Amino acid sequence: MSIADATLVPLAQRAWFTPSRRAGLVLLGLLAAFALLGPLLVSVDPTDQDFAASLAPPGSDYWLGADHYGRSMLARLAYGARLSFGMALLTVATAALPGILLGLLAAWRGGWLERGLDLVSTVLLALPGLLLVLILLAFAPGTFGPLYLGLALTLWIEFYRVTRVTAAGVLKQPHVEATRLLGFGTGYILRRLVLPEIAPILITLSAFAMSTAIIAISTLSAISVGLRPPTPELGAMIVELLPYYAEAPLHVLMPGILIFLLVLGLQLATRSDVR
Amino acid sequence: MKRLVLARLLQAGLVVLVVGILCFVLVRALPGDPAMRIAAGRYGPDANITEAAEVVRRELGLDQPALVQLGASMGQLARLDLGHSVVTGVPITRELRIQLGATLWLSGSALVLSLLLGPPLGLLAGLRRGGWVDNASLGGAIVLRSLPPFVLGLLLILVFAMLLGLFPPAGYGTWRDLALPALTLALGLAAVSSRVARDAVAAVARTPYLAFARLKGLPEAVVVRRHVLRNAAIPVVSYLALQAIYLIEGVVVVETLFGIPGIGHALVHAVIARDVPMVQGTALAMGLLFVVIAMAVDLACHWLDPRPKRA
Repeated sequence: MSIADATLVPLAQRAWFTPSRRAGLVLLGLLAAFALLGPLLVSVDPTDQDFAASLAPPGSDYWLGADHYGRSMLARLAYGARLSFGMALLTVATAALPGILLGLLAAWRGGWLERGLDLVSTVLLALPGLLLVLILLAFAPGTFGPLYLGLALTLWIEFYRVTRVTAAGVLKQPHVEATRLLGFGTGYILRRLVLPEIAPILITLSAFAMSTAIIAISTLSAISVGLRPPTPELGAMIVELLPYYAEAPLHVLMPGILIFLLVLGLQLATRSDVR
Repeated sequence: MKRLVLARLLQAGLVVLVVGILCFVLVRALPGDPAMRIAAGRYGPDANITEAAEVVRRELGLDQPALVQLGASMGQLARLDLGHSVVTGVPITRELRIQLGATLWLSGSALVLSLLLGPPLGLLAGLRRGGWVDNASLGGAIVLRSLPPFVLGLLLILVFAMLLGLFPPAGYGTWRDLALPALTLALGLAAVSSRVARDAVAAVARTPYLAFARLKGLPEAVVVRRHVLRNAAIPVVSYLALQAIYLIEGVVVVETLFGIPGIGHALVHAVIARDVPMVQGTALAMGLLFVVIAMAVDLACHWLDPRPKRA
């Protein structure tokens, strides 16, 4: 091992694992564990009512207390976190896959395909995303279908545009030309030369899209056009508990804190360094 | 300049097209026979309802092919004929005219407030990179950006309305009612604009022309006023076009949360009541408001930096 190797490699690692990224990843890991293991470990059903324990404070019987119907807050928060994580992941996956594939295709083939896709993305971008989701929600208020479709329809555009621009830049470079002349196939070039170049920015984009989805789902549920009670959705929980703020202020804040931590974790995990 | 306006006009046309087509499909997708529904609304459900529905069908052209109907409904939109609300029976344009005032007051004061908070803070942070203002505003921006507008609005209500009793938690009429909703939106906007301003100022601070301005003996105030402000303003203003999306989406949420009788509030309630003409009218108004803000930002950018841009 030469001196250059010894100094360069740790530096590269250090540059990516900044303190804020590490904090974000730890936070996300803890939240993911809560969302995945919580519903398995907490044997209580999140819709089980126990009116004797209505608005019970955090403590003995219920670790995090119980809401106005005496439902376990811990169970509801865990199911709510799983719901937010799951729906956001599903939405982002649905947006990212076609976005990246179409972006690669447009960069590779160009021509009418690229112009057509650009036109579609311009049309969809003309309207702020939330308005599109709201109109789609009028088809079937209170269900996940239109919410999911609307969010995916607005989120895929960013993946498409970034992939197309970045991939087009990479494909123009001489080493790609050389690889192609050497007889390597399209799949090899895309996998080995293009994807590693665009992967970091796509990860950032995914985290950003996930926080957008989490915020949109909880916001729309909070203004009663998204998912509806008794679904343990974090935004709907806040609004459900709000009338009982005087008796149980902590209960109202808990779902809000959870949303905040989710978005904060995503932000910190992908934050680029201060210039 | 002409191209900027033309692009935004094209976008306005697309807004009308997208909203119009979606709402046209929406009417057809709702369960039941639209002619029967309208006839029942007009004449009441009596024995002759089937004949009445036939009359309505012919009168409104509901027996025509779908494409012909779509063309007719687009023609109506082009003539600014938005129809009547299914819930209140009032023409949509009259409802919108009343609601527009509230929405403009809210979005305008939020924008002004955010410009008073964000960019000055960014300027201070950018001039002393790594100082306590820079670090504190960075932390504040990260926290604020992690809070969805409705959670932030609730927190402001809890602190300023319930704990301190300074402002009313909901309502519309005086500036006191507008304070909390405008602050909710302004904090979210300022969280981003302060960081954009900070990075812009930091970039200007590294340029040779700024070093030269200092070296030739200009006082710091003149350096900032003449060389930093205008150059750093360009990215801040052009970023406002992106922030217009946050503003429009935020207005919908914040109006609903604080009970402000604006267009966003009406849109959410029209979605709940499935009042399709109202959904169409309010979505159009919000979409066009977005285009108008974006166009104003474009023109401001052009005035700040008249050098022609390569697209």
